Amino acid sequence: MDWQGQKLAEQLMQIMLLSFAVIAFASGYIMASFQMMILIYAAGVVLTTLLTVPNWPFFNRHPLTWLDPSEVEKHPKPQPSANVTQKKKPVKK
Amino acid sequence: MHSFGYRANALVTFAVTILALMCGMASLSDNFNSPSPSAQVQVLNINWFQKQPNANDEVSMTLNISADLQSLFTWNTKQVFVFLAAEYETPKNSLNQISLWDAIIPSKEHAKFWIHTSNKYRFIDQGSNLRGKEYNLTMHWHIMPKTGKMLADKIVMPGYRLPKEYR
Repeated sequence: MDWQGQKLAEQLMQIMLLSFAVIAFASGYIMASFQMMILIYAAGVVLTTLLTVPNWPFFNRHPLTWLDPSEVEKHPKPQPSANVTQKKKPVKK
Repeated sequence: MHSFGYRANALVTFAVTILALMCGMASLSDNFNSPSPSAQVQVLNINWFQKQPNANDEVSMTLNISADLQSLFTWNTKQVFVFLAAEYETPKNSLNQISLWDAIIPSKEHAKFWIHTSNKYRFIDQGSNLRGKEYNLTMHWHIMPKTGKMLADKIVMPGYRLPKEYR
């Protein structure tokens, strides 16, 4: 799962759980049935789990673009030059 | 959120937190219910009234109890425990309570009832104070909710009197 996918999964999980809780509470209260509230919420939790916990392909739409190995060869890591090291040495007399 | 386990953990934690909040709100919603219960009790007969060998007074009576407790039930009510107590004053104790009958009401459909019964539990005074004693019959109830705090209330029915002589 890429970075954007992780953000999406977390937001989706929070929004889905909250909206299922609101729906479950409202319908339970209106139908005067505590059991109905629990059933709707449980269904919501199961659905949210299936949607946000597995690593679905739509969480991987923004893959990280790494540099090509050939690019690395064109821009080698700068090596400390011999002059610099010599200059840093304390002068002995 | 980078792994299966982290996502599962976050989801379960958040889901349970919300469930606790929902239960709290369900408990608070009971405050919108203003019940108007009613109860009547008739003492049909004093079956016998005697002094026990150890000098305690004991009464047996036939009761007709009718009550409508339907308004106590809300969507968050599991059951209601109801009991009928005789309450009277003696020189030694300002309040004596003796449970005569009780019942568990499991649902709203069973909350409107009448019952013709003799006292389920023995009406015995600790002493011999019951002759001609004026007493109250009190319908107590405890509402047991599915979530939240237990509530208790009562209806006091005054003006009952026991006979002046043993029989």
